[in-house]
Amino acid sequence: MADSHAEDAFVEFDRVQKSYDGENLVVKDLNLSLPKGEFLTMLGPSGSGKTTCLMMLAGFETATHGDIRLDGQPINNIPPHKRGIGMVFQNYALFPHMTIAENLSFPLEVRKMGKAQREAKVKHVLEMVQMGEFGGRRPSQLSGGQQQRVALARALVFEAELVLMDEPLGALDKQLRETMQFEIKRIADNLGITVVYVTHDQTEALTMSDRVAVFEDGRIQQLAPPDQLYESPENSFVAQFIGENNTLEGTVKEIKNGIALVQLDGGGLIDCKPVNVTKAGERTRVSIRPERVEFDKTRLHADAHTLKAEVLEFIYMGDIFRTRLRVAGKEDFIIKSRNAPDQVRLEPGSEIEIGWLAEDCRALDA
Amino acid sequence: MARFTFPLTYPRTVMTSAPDTALSGKVLAADGTPLKRSLNRALRRQKLRALALIAPLLIFVLVTFIAPIGDMLFRSVENQIVPDNLPETIMRLESWDANGNEMPGEDVFEGMYVDLALAAEKKVHTRVGSRLNYEESGMSSLFRKTGRKVSRFETDAYEDALRALDPIWKEPATFADLFQNAEVAAALPFAARTWKRWSTFVTEEGDDPRTQKLEPYLSAALYYDLRDNDVPASAPAHLKAADALAAEITPVALIPEFLDAEEDWADAGNWRVIQTYAGNYTNGYFLNSIDMMKGVDGAEMRPENERLYITLFVRTMIMSLVITGSCILLGYPVAWILANLPARTANMLMILVLLPFWTSLLVRTSAWKIMLQQQGVVNDTLVWLGIVANDGRLALINNQTGTIIAMTHILLPFMILPLYSVMQTISPTYLRAAKSLGANNWTAFWRVYFPQSVPGIGAGSILVFILSIGYYITPELVGGTKGVFISNRIAFHISSSLNWGLAAALGAILLAVVLLLYWAYDKVVGIDNVKLGG
Ligand SMILES: Nc1ncnc2c1ncn2[C@@H]1O[C@H](COP(=O)(O)OP(=O)(O)O)[C@@H](O)[C@H]1O
Ligand SMILES: [Mg+2]
Repeated sequence: MADSHAEDAFVEFDRVQKSYDGENLVVKDLNLSLPKGEFLTMLGPSGSGKTTCLMMLAGFETATHGDIRLDGQPINNIPPHKRGIGMVFQNYALFPHMTIAENLSFPLEVRKMGKAQREAKVKHVLEMVQMGEFGGRRPSQLSGGQQQRVALARALVFEAELVLMDEPLGALDKQLRETMQFEIKRIADNLGITVVYVTHDQTEALTMSDRVAVFEDGRIQQLAPPDQLYESPENSFVAQFIGENNTLEGTVKEIKNGIALVQLDGGGLIDCKPVNVTKAGERTRVSIRPERVEFDKTRLHADAHTLKAEVLEFIYMGDIFRTRLRVAGKEDFIIKSRNAPDQVRLEPGSEIEIGWLAEDCRALDA
Repeated sequence: MARFTFPLTYPRTVMTSAPDTALSGKVLAADGTPLKRSLNRALRRQKLRALALIAPLLIFVLVTFIAPIGDMLFRSVENQIVPDNLPETIMRLESWDANGNEMPGEDVFEGMYVDLALAAEKKVHTRVGSRLNYEESGMSSLFRKTGRKVSRFETDAYEDALRALDPIWKEPATFADLFQNAEVAAALPFAARTWKRWSTFVTEEGDDPRTQKLEPYLSAALYYDLRDNDVPASAPAHLKAADALAAEITPVALIPEFLDAEEDWADAGNWRVIQTYAGNYTNGYFLNSIDMMKGVDGAEMRPENERLYITLFVRTMIMSLVITGSCILLGYPVAWILANLPARTANMLMILVLLPFWTSLLVRTSAWKIMLQQQGVVNDTLVWLGIVANDGRLALINNQTGTIIAMTHILLPFMILPLYSVMQTISPTYLRAAKSLGANNWTAFWRVYFPQSVPGIGAGSILVFILSIGYYITPELVGGTKGVFISNRIAFHISSSLNWGLAAALGAILLAVVLLLYWAYDKVVGIDNVKLGG
């Protein structure tokens, strides 16, 4: 893993396990460390243990095994209110009986801060999230997006260095979500805080994070910056989960010069980059992004392997064309091409040949 | 027809008739009727159906609840039995000086004689006596005893004299015809009124006054009028003769007759009571309810040793508050546990909370008697543990402690249920959020959880407080004398002393207090802040 070194780790999970019922491990052997100022996203399907990890970090759940360290200190025995970690909850958890200003002032009050100072801070943080005029309202008098901003402000007002967010944008509509993604990222960068962000929305994860930890079944499947995650998925789960992806199954025929030749189950030979395969005879699942598929023969290596394909459907999507093909017996093979003046629009029913650069096609675990 | 086309044309109508709006100020439906009226017509059916659905309950509530409360409020001020039955006395008492200690003169006794004799014949004199007895003890027996003797007063003399003068006076028809003459009736008002009261009563009994046997007081009333007034020229000859006779008869002195029957008639205090309670309506019951009475110069406090109700009201309030407080203290943690347990376990435990509802109130209360008495389980245990000495056993029953313990137990579910249902809706993330913001467990609870549970406390408190304010079985059984509530007194007046007016006044005050508290609660906490369920 391209991990940062343990010495400069700000938050560190060290072989952490968690079980709720003493039978099933919800988190299995979690190792994760992130430096100060990083924006790390935990991405994974629902039930994969993301929230559990966050709750262990916040102190609301205890790890069954392993250590969690904050700034080098084990925090297993520190109660939540002494950890000084800011938290944004999915349903905001704004206190309904307090006004916005009172909500924001609450963490400062429990820290015994003077009134004048409290008011100044509340005003400042409200302006930071562009909610300056709303201090006197109740949470129920705000829209979802506004509540979200307040929840964010409340997690920031006491100047926590680490802020946890558990699907904070889950309840917002798409447009608002995009605005807020940008906003959260901007604020986090400006303040230089460390953020652990949980989401099941991969676009969100990719656009906001410095690094993304892909969770599945209580394990981190891959921990990498967004571009690496997209372009170099390390296993077929990550490849499937992040972005759109074509999968073909087959057996490795040979590996030579860093290129694996794969015999597809549905017929045909292709060139791949061996990622999780080491020797001939292994089963593999190859993954290729739709936008990396080439159907113009002139733009491929002369000796590259190609596959026959039949055009089933052509969808005009404005900026791109999306074409569905039958390839190697499968009917869900997608290719995407940019809408350019010279771009060919494939006719359904026509027969074409497709190919790709070997490094764009990754031979992963079966 | 119009009704059916209306909904279909509705949107178009609004559009096309928009210019009409500007012109006439009215939006018209397709058939030309104003849109408002069309809409109302369409909604009327719905409203009628809704009304029909709630009608049974509405009628039930009206008949069994609103009407009795109205009746109770009426009873608390109603006093008609006195003016209805003692009109002559009351009229004559008006000019009597209640401040002096002199008993009234002969004229008042004349009125009382006729009133009492008539009341005795109607057999209502005891009821009048009971009514007055609520205000002054002794009145009941005064009226009962005198009522029995009034028919044996020497006043037959007038009747005998008239009949001796002219046998026509034996005939009831003579009287009936006499007062048909308006001039005569006006000249002899006392006799006319008395005749009217008697004949009305006889008619009500199903008899004919023209044939019914005459009562002596009719002749007595006639004599008093003849003595005091002149007969008109149009009067018949037998009346003129009687008038002449009246000047010669020596009147029967009534005061000795009355004093002979019952010497308390000499007590000016008794007459004062009659004078005070002469009206159709009285605030006497209400004054009584707050330990006051109508004195000679208006309302005044009762003597110290007769005061009772204010103490009882205050005690009822304070003890109800204490009971409500103990229910909150005991119920809050239970509700909290229940709300935070998994639903299955919570339901199981909820059954335990509701278990008291499954045993009869009487059984439970009696059980407390056994538990709390001096030789009871609680005291035995305390003695055994050495906490109290054997000769220093605690008095836990037949006093306020007993009432508070037993009532808290009985009313606890009414506190737990609303608390539980409110707490169930408070998401545990609020506590987590508070802790993540740096609040310790107590601050998180007190500043974040507790305020959100206040509506549950409010609902529970209103329930418990109002129930306990009106409770009466338990205080009756375990309260002794010091632990009874105002409702026990109300029950006493309803079933034992039969002073329903006072019971009604006490009840009305209780009702007013509850409404007042409810109003105050609304002002302070806000009634929409009360949640009985999620
Ligand atoms: N308090 C809990 N008690 C028992 N099981 C839980 C609890 N919270 C979560 N789980 C289980 O742990 C697994 C992971 O849950 P969670 O961490 O919430 O996943 P995610 O946030 O990724 O959706 C799920 O199978 C869930 O059912
Ligand atoms: Mg979750």
